[in-house]
Amino acid sequence: MHLVVCIKQVPDSAQIRVHPVTNTIMRQGVPTIINPYDLFAIEAALRLRDKHGGKVTVLTMGPPMAEDSLRRALTYGVDRAVLLTDRAFAGSDTLATSYALSQAILKIGQTYEPVDIVFTGKQTIDGDTAQVGPGIAKRLDLQQLTYVSGVNEVNLEGKTITVERRAEGGVQILKSNLPCLITMLEGTNEIRRGSIDVALAAARAEIVTWNAAAAGVAEMGKCGLKGSPTVVKRVFAPSPRADKAKIIDIGGLTPDAIATKTLDEIFNRLPTIEKELTAMAQG
Amino acid sequence: MTTTPAPKPAAAAGGRAGMKKELPEKFRSYKHVWVFIELERGHVHPVSWELMGEGRKLADKLGVQLAGVVLGGAGEDTRAAVQECYAYGADVAYLVESPVLADYRNEPYSRCMMELVNKFQPEILLLGATTLGRDLAGSVATTLATGLTADCTELAVDADGSLAATRPTFGGSLLCTIYTLNFRPQMATVRPRVFSMPERQEGKSGPVIEYEFKMIEDEIVTKLLQFIPDRDSNKSNLAYADVVVAGGLGLGSAENYQLVKDLAKALGAEWGGSRPLVQRGWIPADRQIGQTGKTIRPKLYIAAGISGAIQHRVGVEGADLILAINTDKNAPIMDFAHIGLITDAVRFLPALAKEVRQRIAPNTRSRLVG
Repeated sequence: MHLVVCIKQVPDSAQIRVHPVTNTIMRQGVPTIINPYDLFAIEAALRLRDKHGGKVTVLTMGPPMAEDSLRRALTYGVDRAVLLTDRAFAGSDTLATSYALSQAILKIGQTYEPVDIVFTGKQTIDGDTAQVGPGIAKRLDLQQLTYVSGVNEVNLEGKTITVERRAEGGVQILKSNLPCLITMLEGTNEIRRGSIDVALAAARAEIVTWNAAAAGVAEMGKCGLKGSPTVVKRVFAPSPRADKAKIIDIGGLTPDAIATKTLDEIFNRLPTIEKELTAMAQG
Repeated sequence: MTTTPAPKPAAAAGGRAGMKKELPEKFRSYKHVWVFIELERGHVHPVSWELMGEGRKLADKLGVQLAGVVLGGAGEDTRAAVQECYAYGADVAYLVESPVLADYRNEPYSRCMMELVNKFQPEILLLGATTLGRDLAGSVATTLATGLTADCTELAVDADGSLAATRPTFGGSLLCTIYTLNFRPQMATVRPRVFSMPERQEGKSGPVIEYEFKMIEDEIVTKLLQFIPDRDSNKSNLAYADVVVAGGLGLGSAENYQLVKDLAKALGAEWGGSRPLVQRGWIPADRQIGQTGKTIRPKLYIAAGISGAIQHRVGVEGADLILAINTDKNAPIMDFAHIGLITDAVRFLPALAKEVRQRIAPNTRSRLVG
C-alpha cells in the first residue's frame, strides 16, 4: 500500500522569544523541528507499511530549508521524501496550503503508486489550527478520519479500514473506505529510532523537489496570498493589565505565616470562596 | 500546518493589512450570525451556549439576528436543544432532523452545513473548537472556499461590519487579528471556556426553521460501528472546575509536582500544568492548561512555578482570582496575576496545603482529585 504523510517543519516553540521592546519574534537561532504531532502520523504509516508492505512517502510544503525535516523523516525509515517549494506559496493560509498539498498528493499518486491513505498530525504547534488535514480530505474527496487514536484493521482487497476516533465524551469505532485521510492523535505510538544504516542512507538520499509547475499545481490563483481568504491585519503583544499583581510582603516570615497571610488575602478578595470550599469539603 | 500566513508578522501585515474590503456582489445578501449547536449523544456541548452569548453581542452590534443551528437525529433531545437556543439568546433556530445525523460523522454533517449556508446565507458562522467542531469547520470552510480562524480568544465587529477574530499565533507568543474580508460566511472556532456562559433565560421562544436534508444512509461511506463512552474517572474536569492548582517548570522536578496535587486535594480542586510539563511527561496531556491545552475559568487559580508565557496566559485569563507563586518577580505571570508571592513554590506549597486543611473542614472529596 502507498501511504503519504504530510509533515511540517516548525520552529521549536519552546525556544521562541519575543523582543521586549519591539514586540517582534526573535527568529534568529530558533531551531526547527518536525512538528511533534506529525511524528505520530509517520510512525502510524510506517507500522501499516511494515504489516502490509508498500511505501511511505513524506511530503512537506515550505522553504528550501524544510529539506532538513524530510531528511530527518528519512532516518525513521520512510521510503521517499518530496519537498514542495515555490515562492508562489508564500503567505498561504490553511485553505491555500491544503490546495497546494492536495495537488502534490495527486502528482505523487500519478508519479509513483496510487495513494491509499494520507496521514497528517492532528495539528501543528505553530499554527494550531487542525484545518489543513480536513482541507486536503475535502479537496481530494477522501474519507476524513480525524483524531484517530488507532488503526484497527486495513483490508486491502476490500478497500476498507476500521479506526478508533477520539470524539467528545468517548471513542468512535468507524469503518470507512480507502482512500482516506487520517489525522493522528498524539500519544498513540512512539516514533522509532532508525538504524545506523538507515540514517546513513538518509544523509545521501535524494529529496524529490517540486515547484508549483512540477507538482502539477494548476490554478495559481488558489495559491499563496491570492488563494488565502483570511487576512492578518495586525500582529501584537497583549497589553499588560493596568494593575499588576499585588505582591504580598513576606519579609522575614516563616512559610506557615506566609500561608496564613496568603489565605487571608484570597478570602478577603473572594469572600464567597471560603464558604464554597468548606461546603465542598463537607459535601 | 499554517493558519496565519508564513511566519513573518511585519511583512505579512505589510503586504495585506492595507487590503480593502471589496465584498463581491454574490455575498452582499449574506446576513445574520449563526452558532452551530454541538449536539452529541443527546447532550449539547456547553461551548455552544458560550458561543451563543458572544454571538448575541456580535448580532446586536451588527443589528442582525442570532441563530442556533441544530443538527441531529429525530427525537426529543434534538427538539430540546432547539428550545435551549432561545434560552441562551437566539432569535431564531434552524433545525435539521435526519437519521443520518444521529451520530456525528463528517460526511453528512459537512454536506448538511454546506447546504444550509448556501440556502440561508449567514455572514458569520461560529463553532466550538472541539474535536467535532474542528473536524466539521475545516471541511465546511474548504467546501465553501471561505476563511476560517481557529481557536479565537476574542471576537469583535469593526466599523465596516467585518468580523475581527483575534487568536494567539507563533506558538502563543503573540496575538493576531484575522479578517475574512471578501468571502462569506466569516467562520471562526472558539475553544470551550474562552467565553463565559451566558445567563439562561426561562420562557423564551422563537421561530424554528426546519430544513429537509435529503441525504440517505446509502450515500454515506463511513459507518459508526460502536461508540465507547469515556469512563468518568478518565476525565479531568479542568475546564469547568471552580478551583484549579497548576505547576510549571519552576517546580524543578517531576517528584515535586506531587506538591501541586497535595494542595489540590486539600482544596478539593482540579490540578494541571503548563505545556513544558506535558512535553517532559510529568503530567498527562489532558492536564495541560493554556492555548493548546485546556482553557479554564475558575474562581481561584493558583499557579506555582509558572512563568506565564502568552500561550498559558490566554488559557487562564478568565479566572476571577489568580495567585502566582514564583521566585522571579519579573516573571510575565505577575503582569496578569492578581496576587503575587515571590518565593519558592516547592517550600511554600506544603505550608499552604497545611493552612488550607486547618482552616477548611476535613476534605472528603479526595477520590475526585486522586
